[in-house]
Amino acid sequence: MADVNRGDRPLSPHLTIYRPQWTSMSSILVRITGNALIVAALLIVWWFVAAAAGPEAFATANGFVTSWFGDLVMMLSLLGLWYHLLGGLRHLVWDSGRMLDVDKSEMAAQMMVVLSVLLTIFTVIVL
Amino acid sequence: MAFLTDRKRAAGMGSAKTGTEHHWQMMVTSVALLILTPLFVFTFGAILGSPYEEVIAYYQRPFPAVVAILTLLVGLFHYRLGVQTLIEDYVHGFARKAAIIGMICLSYAAAAFAIFAIIRIAL
Repeated sequence: MADVNRGDRPLSPHLTIYRPQWTSMSSILVRITGNALIVAALLIVWWFVAAAAGPEAFATANGFVTSWFGDLVMMLSLLGLWYHLLGGLRHLVWDSGRMLDVDKSEMAAQMMVVLSVLLTIFTVIVL
Repeated sequence: MAFLTDRKRAAGMGSAKTGTEHHWQMMVTSVALLILTPLFVFTFGAILGSPYEEVIAYYQRPFPAVVAILTLLVGLFHYRLGVQTLIEDYVHGFARKAAIIGMICLSYAAAAFAIFAIIRIAL
């Protein structure tokens, strides 16, 4: 019988020898970056509401958003935003039936990482 | 109960209900955001850090104001769909419904505050 050893075998996935793939990791990162962007979105909404409310409120919100901590959040959000945008572009390409092979997907994942970093550096230099 | 066939028992129990609409809305907002996001990053980034009077004058111009309104409106609608997928994958039972309703409220409230604020600055 095939199930003589049932219950005694290692369970999948074998976490101790599990090798992460570019495809799964880049996909999970799209989800994480997309959902994390709500932090920056709410900060920006707060900034606009404060600007509409008047100079004192604006000084508080603007002071926070342009503080070192605000800069750090905005910088990481910018990296996340570019990465998520490239991830969305990859999804649109996939939905058109292109680049679905594993090697093409892996190449796209590596390009997403490289391009998001380059776009972030470019944005920071320009602004 | 034995009168029901297996197929009848399974019908309507799967995940496929309004998934097509969800996916299509996600695609449409993705395409819109491919254009809007860079426009917003460079218009908003250009004025962030400036004094109050300059910010107000900047967002009284139609282009930066409309770009900001569209990006936050479409972006938060896109977020409302995306976070629903996230919740559906990891939260179960009553907490799932509560979390989805809560995040939909948060998304629309943030969009409403953003649009109200930008229009108030612009007018």
